[in-house]
Amino acid sequence: MLRDITLGQYYPTDSVIHRLDPRVKLMGTLVFLTSLFITKSFYGYIPAILFLFIVIKLSKVPFSFMVRGMKAIAFLLVFSVVLNLFLTQGEVIYEFWKFKITKEGIYTAGFMAIRLSFLIIGSSIMTLTTTPNNLTDGLEKGLGFLKIIHVPVHEISMMMSIALRFIPILMEETDKIMKAQMARGADFESGNMFKRVKSLVPLLVPLFVSAFRRANDLAMAMEARCYRGGEGRTKMKPLKYKKRDAIGYLVLALYLGIIIALRIILK
Amino acid sequence: MSIIVNHLTYRYNPGTAMESTALDDINLKIEDGEFIGLIGHTGSGKSTLVQQLNGILKPTSGGVYVDGADISDDGYDLKKLRGEVGLVFQYPEHQLFETDVFSDVCFGPKNLGLTKKETELRAYEALKQVGIEDDYFYQSPFDLSGGQKRRVAIAGVLAMKPKVLILDEPTAGLDPKGRDELLEKLTTIRKDTGCTIILVSHSMEDVARYADRIVVMHKGKIAFDDTPSEVFKHRDELKEMGLGVPNITETMYELKAAGFPVSTDIITVDTAVSEILRVMHR
Repeated sequence: MLRDITLGQYYPTDSVIHRLDPRVKLMGTLVFLTSLFITKSFYGYIPAILFLFIVIKLSKVPFSFMVRGMKAIAFLLVFSVVLNLFLTQGEVIYEFWKFKITKEGIYTAGFMAIRLSFLIIGSSIMTLTTTPNNLTDGLEKGLGFLKIIHVPVHEISMMMSIALRFIPILMEETDKIMKAQMARGADFESGNMFKRVKSLVPLLVPLFVSAFRRANDLAMAMEARCYRGGEGRTKMKPLKYKKRDAIGYLVLALYLGIIIALRIILK
Repeated sequence: MSIIVNHLTYRYNPGTAMESTALDDINLKIEDGEFIGLIGHTGSGKSTLVQQLNGILKPTSGGVYVDGADISDDGYDLKKLRGEVGLVFQYPEHQLFETDVFSDVCFGPKNLGLTKKETELRAYEALKQVGIEDDYFYQSPFDLSGGQKRRVAIAGVLAMKPKVLILDEPTAGLDPKGRDELLEKLTTIRKDTGCTIILVSHSMEDVARYADRIVVMHKGKIAFDDTPSEVFKHRDELKEMGLGVPNITETMYELKAAGFPVSTDIITVDTAVSEILRVMHR
């Protein structure tokens, strides 16, 4: 069950998108997400769909792999669509018992569904094609200008990369402890709500203990290698813009231009 | 109770790009009261195999039969099985969670649905079996030393009174003294309770000394399944698998290669000593 969450996972393959500078991808994600909220009409989403489709094709990540990640948030999607469908005021089309479906409701629900699913696919493309290390590198460099106003950019990105690194480790650990407790007759699947919550104690306590132990070990290992924050720290593979990155920015600018133009024309 | 493993195959992540075969057509019969050493290189499938034996993992094809019943059948009482086939995982001290040692050991028998009295009696016995003194019973398990934690965790499984006790690398990370103590305890437990013991290890020394049957796994298959002295005759094949033979057996091979007419069919230091003496006195 836990393994189904592909959000934030990296899909290792070699593609143009994988090779792009993480800063371009971060900016691209930002532009794409903004474009979803600029657009106010269904036609306006045509370039967004095209853009997304081309990027997915270029990234060589199988579409089914992305959809699997969607399953985890399907509930959220359905929930917000249903809520919008029934609770929007306006011209009533269909009515039963206490529920009214309005024209405006269908409209907003449709928008909501498109926006949410594009939002998730769009941002998961970034994590699927960028290693966590690259991602935080890109974030650190891309937000470097914030250092002028004393934002601890390096520290934040270091925390982020450690957090990302810990996700698979903790998942594996959960799996192991779960099996060990099952071997001692623990039952995680049956019983009422109260019983089930209680049955999590033998899982959560060792999990927290091990998370703290790992964090402590990591801090120790970092200190042993003289880590002392970002001041004066150099990189083994410093990020450098290449020609394809310039093209990437150009495409992004073009895309944003089209979206804004459509918004003005279609309104 | 007999365990029969019949044409068992197990794949991780079937149907995805990450699919890998961990166990490939395994056949095994485990009799009452045996002391089996299960050895193999890292990734050879030994841990996966032992997790099949108490139904933690379900076979992709083939099956495990305990006393004639297929354990992957619907409605098979897995909880009861896990009480009878006790599995001690690698680094079992990471599973401790209670506020004191005694309650932690009670967790297993309590899950079996035993009465409070019986549960506590078993926990007490189990802790005594692994050599934990009364003074430690009401301490937090997290305050104990590494070796003590490990023994408490093993007691947690012992308290279920398993008929088959499986230990996955129980000596990993212990010092030589702790290792010998633990293995000695296991032989005592076996003598007292008559249970079957399966010891997963990659230490040839441990296995040669304690087991009376050795199962060697290589790339998800069983390579050898025989008595220690028979298995260690395959020195070259074992070396190819990255395993080798016990140091003392290796020494005898080298002595022979150096021209001494010693037998190489030796797996313990004691027999090696008498063999060398025999050759020298001749």
